[in-house]
Amino acid sequence: MIADHFSKLSRAKEDGRKVVYTFVPGNLTELLANFDLLPVLPEINALQSGMRGKTGDYIHLAEKAGHSEDVCTYVKADIGMLKSGNIGPTGETLPPPDLLLLSYTGCFTFLKWFELLREEYDCPVVMLHTPYQGDGTVTEEMRQYVAGQIREVLIPELEKLSGRKFDEDRLREDLKRSAKAEDDLVWVLESAKHKPSPIDAYFGGVYYIGPMFTSFRGSQDAVEYYQLLRGEIEERIKLGLGPVTPDGVLNEEKYRIVVEGPPNWTSFREFWKMFYGEGAVVVASSYTKVGGLYDRGFRHNPDQPIETLADYCMGCYTNLNLPDRIKLLENYVNDYQADGFMINSVKSCNSFSAGQLLILREIEKRTGRAGGFIESDLVDPRYFSAANIKNRLESYFQMIEAKRGKA
Amino acid sequence: MSIAAPTETAATGRLGELLARAEQLYEDLDFKAVLDWKSKDKTRRAIGFLPVYVPREVIHAAGGLPVGIMGGGDQTEIVRGDSYFQSYICHLPRSVIELLVNGRLDAMDGFLFPSICDVIRNLSGMFKLLKPEKYVHYLDLPQNFQRGLGGRFYGHEMRSVADAVGRMTGVAPTDESLRNSIKVYNANRRAINELLKLRVDKPWLVPATEYYLVLRAGYLLPVEEHTAMLGEYVKLVQASDRRPMDNIRVMVRGAFCEQPPLALLRTLERAGCYLVDDDLAVGLRLVPDPVSEEGDPWEALAEAFMHHSLPTASVYDEQNQKGRLLIDKAREVRADGVLLMAPSFCDPALLDQPMLQTALEKAGIPFTSFKYSEDTGQFQVIREQAGTFADAIKLWGTV
Ligand code: SF4
Ligand code: SF4
Repeated sequence: MIADHFSKLSRAKEDGRKVVYTFVPGNLTELLANFDLLPVLPEINALQSGMRGKTGDYIHLAEKAGHSEDVCTYVKADIGMLKSGNIGPTGETLPPPDLLLLSYTGCFTFLKWFELLREEYDCPVVMLHTPYQGDGTVTEEMRQYVAGQIREVLIPELEKLSGRKFDEDRLREDLKRSAKAEDDLVWVLESAKHKPSPIDAYFGGVYYIGPMFTSFRGSQDAVEYYQLLRGEIEERIKLGLGPVTPDGVLNEEKYRIVVEGPPNWTSFREFWKMFYGEGAVVVASSYTKVGGLYDRGFRHNPDQPIETLADYCMGCYTNLNLPDRIKLLENYVNDYQADGFMINSVKSCNSFSAGQLLILREIEKRTGRAGGFIESDLVDPRYFSAANIKNRLESYFQMIEAKRGKA
Repeated sequence: MSIAAPTETAATGRLGELLARAEQLYEDLDFKAVLDWKSKDKTRRAIGFLPVYVPREVIHAAGGLPVGIMGGGDQTEIVRGDSYFQSYICHLPRSVIELLVNGRLDAMDGFLFPSICDVIRNLSGMFKLLKPEKYVHYLDLPQNFQRGLGGRFYGHEMRSVADAVGRMTGVAPTDESLRNSIKVYNANRRAINELLKLRVDKPWLVPATEYYLVLRAGYLLPVEEHTAMLGEYVKLVQASDRRPMDNIRVMVRGAFCEQPPLALLRTLERAGCYLVDDDLAVGLRLVPDPVSEEGDPWEALAEAFMHHSLPTASVYDEQNQKGRLLIDKAREVRADGVLLMAPSFCDPALLDQPMLQTALEKAGIPFTSFKYSEDTGQFQVIREQAGTFADAIKLWGTV
């Protein structure tokens, strides 16, 4: 699916297709598909470059060009990639954007990121301002504001760019398919409530959310992918199997953990191994909700095609206020019968990280379960200190053992 | 080494008293001035707001006192604040939490967190958890600037704040009272503009630290008092016999949220720089020109924010004009160079910097950049950097 998308992108100019760069949280994939536009998600490029060991150089290039060492490394990895020829994860060149769709959900850095890209590309930017759930609710005014922007700003701009008319019936059809796939994704994520869990809902979860959070939601391919995935996991549950890891099936589930924060990508496998090597399975994570909190009931609703897009944008995890994030994580710890709770705090991301120490304290207080805290980064290899993290994790697992001993 | 001599002129007499009062307010981290104000009438309520900008008129119209919470500066010892934030997060939120947990913000009856960055945003949630009994609201400023979209949304936001404050004070805000508040704040804008103009015309009359203290007093004083203070200050320094120094004229950008310590401003001046324009404490003058006193006052405020405010890193630059505006401003104030000084780990300021640098390079305007934090205590490096910058401009007109 993904390789096919990148090959379409590399041929976009020859095929006369327009390309829109946009962000993962609150992405409007179904709407872009409505105009036959091809999305590029710079965060995904950055994380994949991270996994391929390229981001150290990219970040260095960006810093040499005047970008501060203090800021989000996704942005610098992207700028560095651009300055190195914009070669995408499959080795093919990424086309420049015809439009930057600044769907601004849950993070201020997005705003700066596209202002910076605008300097590099001569193309328009469209802003979709998604209000934050500061008071823990989506009010009617917020919904109208976002839906109004989609109707009055976005759709006309996309029509102009693509030369196509907006097709509401098609959007409804796509949204139906989105909802169907979302049902199956939720089933997959919630399968981790079984003991042993048949999945790892963080490291493994990254692969499960991939199609849904990126360019495939609303497609028949995505529906089939999630059906297939669900079928496989049903099978695993029947057989009582644990999650698949890069070293094979994890047979003994010793610790069930809830994780908050994105993973590190430059040492993804090494990081994962520090968990499964100790028999730790992540049963729920907040990271797998950055592209939508489907497990809390949200589904794209074909009957209200524009309002549902607005609700989707406002409902992503990093658009929740801190008290709601804590409540959600507390529920995960309880609902998934976790032994503990771990925060991977990434230097890059204030959106996630500011306030995490309070989250830690609150959840420990509310659940009585062991809380752990480690620090790394998304794609800057300088901030992944393997020995340090491994030590911390080992003591953390010992802490869980000690708590068990007392219980 | 810098060529320039120190620039400060000791203030005595009435000017000395005025500056002493401003300094006292700057150091008033227990917000005694606010407690004093409240003690005069039991119904009085104070609403603290975080950087950068809130429409203070709305709080004023509902009978509240808007109070700027600008961090703990270099006078707050951080004991507990650090246990709330990782090392890679800027300094301001840790000193704000320190003030909160030490009860130093108890004078506030509510808190507004304007949407400027993810740190302030998440801090609003921390306040909700730590002070559940208080009114805590994240004020989402619009990033869409159409009247019927962003304007309408912002109108709702402002009304919700006005209603909440009105419930605390018992004063229901009306169109009339809001219009009146706009007038009162317009008078303040004019007074600030007088100060800014004087500084551009005769920067030797307005040393950076004095300018800053007098401006900053506006975060604590009732607006009418602040307007009076500004007016008196301008008169007093105009009548003074302060003499020009051989300093270069610089603009400062990046200091809109976490504030540099006073000693840093002093250091810049001692290194040979007159500050002729800056974005320090910019919330007080984000909307620089008078807001319309006619028609619907809510719309007037929305319009002012959306179309007549200064560019700032946390507001989407829809027209792609931040570079041009920076250069225009530099020319207008006849700046010899620009100091890009941002708080460490401040994403909005630091992500903006490369764009500002490009604009400055294209226009051939010299600049230098450095980072600070509100509790920076060592100024040697900054002094040398600013001094070298000033000297190079004096000698060669460039760096
Ligand atoms: S700050 Fe966080 S959410 Fe924002 S772009 Fe960077 S990693 Fe993504
Ligand atoms: S200093 Fe910068 S990052 Fe810190 S709170 Fe202020 S705007 Fe946000």
